[in-house]
Amino acid sequence: MNACDIVIIGGGPAGLAAAESAFKAGVTDIMILERDSRLGGILNQCIHNGFGLHTFREELTGPEYASRYERKIRELGIPYSTETMVTDLGTDESGDKLITCMNRQRGMYRIKARALILAMGCRERPRGAVNTPGYRGAGVFSAGTAQLYVNIHGYMPGKTVVIVGSGDIGLIMARRMTLEGAKVRMVVEIMDHSGGLKRNIIQCLNDFGIPLKLSHTVTEIRGKDRVEGVVVASVDERRRPIPGTEEYVECDTVLYSVGLIPENELTRKLGAGIDDKTGGPVVKADLELSIPGVFACGNVLHVHDIVDHVSEESAHAGENAAAYIRDGRVPEGAGGYVDSEEKNVYRPGENEDRLTCIMCPNGCELTAVKDDDGKVKVSGNRCPKGVRYATEELTAPRRIVTTTVKLEGGGIEALPVKTDRTIPKDKISDVIKELTGVSVTVPVSTGDVIIHDIAGTGADIIAGTDITADTDID
Amino acid sequence: MYDVAVIGGGVVGCTVARFLSKYELKICLLERGTDICEGTSKANSGIIHGGYDAAGGSLKAKLNVRGSRMMEELSLKLSFAYKRNGSLVICRSGQDAGMLQTLYERGVTNGVSGLRIIDKDEIRSMEPNINAAVEKALYVPTGAIADPFMMTVAMAENAAVNGVEFMLRSEVIDIERDDTEYVITTGSGEIRARYVINAAGVYADRIHSMVSRTPVSIRAVKGEYCLFDKEAGGLVSHTLFQLPSEKGKGILVTPTVHGNLMAGPTAITVDDKEGVDTTAAGLKEVLDTAAMSVIGMPSGKVITSFAGLRAKEAGGDFIIAFAADSDNFMDIAGIDSPGLSAAPAIGEYVAELLGRRMDLKEKSGFVEEREAIPSIADASDAERQALIESDPAFANVICRCELVTEAEILEAIRRPVGARTVDAVKRRVRAGMGRCQGGFCSPKVVDILARELGVKPTEILKAGEGSEILKGRNKERPCDTE
Ligand SMILES: Cc1cc2nc3c(=O)[nH]c(=O)nc-3n(C[C@H](O)[C@H](O)[C@H](O)COP(=O)(O)OP(=O)(O)OC[C@H]3O[C@@H](n4cnc5c(N)ncnc54)[C@H](O)[C@@H]3O)c2cc1C
Ligand SMILES: Cc1cc2nc3c(=O)[nH]c(=O)nc-3n(C[C@H](O)[C@H](O)[C@H](O)COP(=O)(O)OP(=O)(O)OC[C@H]3O[C@@H](n4cnc5c(N)ncnc54)[C@H](O)[C@@H]3O)c2cc1C
Repeated sequence: MNACDIVIIGGGPAGLAAAESAFKAGVTDIMILERDSRLGGILNQCIHNGFGLHTFREELTGPEYASRYERKIRELGIPYSTETMVTDLGTDESGDKLITCMNRQRGMYRIKARALILAMGCRERPRGAVNTPGYRGAGVFSAGTAQLYVNIHGYMPGKTVVIVGSGDIGLIMARRMTLEGAKVRMVVEIMDHSGGLKRNIIQCLNDFGIPLKLSHTVTEIRGKDRVEGVVVASVDERRRPIPGTEEYVECDTVLYSVGLIPENELTRKLGAGIDDKTGGPVVKADLELSIPGVFACGNVLHVHDIVDHVSEESAHAGENAAAYIRDGRVPEGAGGYVDSEEKNVYRPGENEDRLTCIMCPNGCELTAVKDDDGKVKVSGNRCPKGVRYATEELTAPRRIVTTTVKLEGGGIEALPVKTDRTIPKDKISDVIKELTGVSVTVPVSTGDVIIHDIAGTGADIIAGTDITADTDID
Repeated sequence: MYDVAVIGGGVVGCTVARFLSKYELKICLLERGTDICEGTSKANSGIIHGGYDAAGGSLKAKLNVRGSRMMEELSLKLSFAYKRNGSLVICRSGQDAGMLQTLYERGVTNGVSGLRIIDKDEIRSMEPNINAAVEKALYVPTGAIADPFMMTVAMAENAAVNGVEFMLRSEVIDIERDDTEYVITTGSGEIRARYVINAAGVYADRIHSMVSRTPVSIRAVKGEYCLFDKEAGGLVSHTLFQLPSEKGKGILVTPTVHGNLMAGPTAITVDDKEGVDTTAAGLKEVLDTAAMSVIGMPSGKVITSFAGLRAKEAGGDFIIAFAADSDNFMDIAGIDSPGLSAAPAIGEYVAELLGRRMDLKEKSGFVEEREAIPSIADASDAERQALIESDPAFANVICRCELVTEAEILEAIRRPVGARTVDAVKRRVRAGMGRCQGGFCSPKVVDILARELGVKPTEILKAGEGSEILKGRNKERPCDTE
């Protein structure tokens, strides 16, 4: 049986950050196990920007954020094994952890590890979780599945879309579907406020005129073979549909963005307790489970809205695991758990004049109002960039555009691309128009210029990831 | 020219085809769907009833008890999941305990073995989560659960191996008598057969009226269900029935053979025979009533809900007989519950009826058994190792919730009567049946199907015609920014 000091299950941002910090803390005998064909986890399909403000002090797309960590892992020479599924976990008498894995090359095999870091991420709650009545034809997807189809496969799961749930993934998908040619009829949210970031309400819905229906829900899905429409109704304060408020909305697709659940089937096999509230394992402040030497971090522990927090938490998990290897225990008072902080969610009528500055990682909460003669008054900024940002946002907003172009010759059919700088908001459709029909042939590297000076904006369209002829997505 | 044409690829049609494939007959099965098992057979409770419920002396009672006795052996021969978990018909305080006695006596008359009326303590020891209001129960040790999808698929595959020709996407539109044979017009062509067997489920009346003037009238009675995560699968171990009423056997709570928990069905007569939609009222009734059987029903752990249509014939009993006014045309109509339980006995009975009209010769070389598609999920580590050595695609996990690999999906596609749609794959190997309901695996299943069938991903269907999963490539339409 193979043995190593630390095994990490999951090669997403959590697993990679944990590996890096454990290595830097002096434990080099590490193995990362990832079932997908590449590292990066769910970030590979999150091609929009907005990642990394805390960690890297710049705004990256998901694949860019992931590739920074992958590069570190490669530079440090930390071993990893992709297309390797962990199927079972246990412990032996000496307290070592037994990890059962499966892959093509080696079949079934076991690794014995002194410490184990769980970084398996989360999955989406499907339609069934909210139990929407109606038919079960094609056209009902969870938002992440649609994200995978559009961003990686290059296929549209629908043309006329209603989105259920206004969490960030739902909002992001409203914009993605629109940019790829779908009509998003509305985003329906059962609460009286959106759980998504206010910034996403502005940039994903308002920019494209997509209505957000707060205190509404979908009460029925129609269409036996393929979705034909949904019934939308207002809900009362107990979230029950109000009879008489029903409205029929034609659409061919319903996307569900109704929450994430930590993926803890393996954790259960260890006999570890699961916290009912978070859905993750019960851990101490230092991220250790009740089983000594087993740690959890990232979305398998609790759902984080921002990947930077995942990286931060996971780096602590790596350090604590390294301490466990070194000293047989985690030092007294070690921490690591990163709470999901209050984020700037959208409530109508509340904080309408508030903006979160995205010019630097300070992320200042600005108050900005435009007076009658168009002058913008800003407060709450800690540096002058805040004034510039707020003035621009209120008078002539600019955006980074992230989308895809057709990719030929690889296992993947869509290449994520973005503008290398912001462009005026009202140029978005011109940019998309110019990208229509554009196709690129593999290999492509991150940063390759696909189109110079797109739509006369001065911005270049650049590739958002590395793809060669044999990059595989399975 | 066929000796026998079976219309309908539900559990009944497929089982009949399988039982007739023992004989020297040229048989075809016509199914309008893109797969077998797209009708009622895919949406039911999956219970193999003991047989206490049907009226004494009825065909239903006789075939239910016989079918239930045949089931275990068949499940082993044909490799579909079956488990004798036992059923309890429960009676709460204030309800008529005399009903249990009636059911008991009816069961004894029908020949059901091992029936006992048990009291509170014994019930609690069998089912610790039983609602405290439950006072008595009828214990039916022969009650069992089975996988209705795989039972149907197994019958079909085995029938195909024994020479039955399956014609999918072949809706029967008309049947004409031409001297000694029938001419059957389908959406995809014409077929001639000496005998026609009508196993068209809720549409058996429509098929019947194509050749006969005698009345057969089938109404659809909808039953809605909630299916729960496997985490909740251990809440009960027996199938728990409410006391039956004039509406039927009532809402049950049961484990499934795959370890999920299931509750349902409701019973509402509907006009639309395609009406398999669930309703807010129906799902509420399911959850509310289930809570009267079991404490701690985990309503937050529902992973999907669905509905099926019972084919209720006006007379109440199964109709399995040659039509009085049309030679050699046999109806198998009104096969509502317990049609699944009775299916093997129906197959046997149909062969017997046919044998009275024609000389049935057993064929040599009948293949009696069918092997299951190997399942990584069910295999031990050593078996997994052997499977991966035989084909590395057994290491490529496609559905992570149910642990289904590429090799299993390929086999589901390549077998006789193979899967052509995403739902057909799901029924055969459970990819997409789990807690994420295909969120992660359906794109991969679409890719595998497209590759294997040599078509574009945009042509892959979820189930029926018009159920394309994808609507085109990115940026085929202009971006509408307003
Ligand atoms: C659909 C979706 C969209 C999201 N969009 C955003 C967004 O726009 N912005 C944002 O900040 N956050 C987003 N998130 C949240 C995002 O998941 C986290 O920010 C971050 O990616 C979590 O990192 P992680 O490493 O914990 O999990 P993941 O990125 O999910 O990585 C977990 C890894 O573990 C692997 N794994 C799991 N089980 C096993 C096993 N048994 N054997 C081997 N490997 C295994 C998985 O394949 C995966 O690669 C999104 C999440 C989802 C599900
Ligand atoms: C809610 C509910 C719960 C049930 N629970 C149980 C249970 O626990 N135990 C049990 O034993 N039984 C149960 N049953 C009954 C059982 O499911 C049915 O008796 C059985 O599935 C009927 O099978 P079938 O082949 O007759 O019908 P179906 O499965 O409906 O098959 C009929 C087929 O005919 C095809 N067809 C129709 N018209 C045409 C045409 N014109 N041309 C070609 N093909 C056509 C259809 O597409 C369909 O595939 C339940 C039923 C329901 C609805």
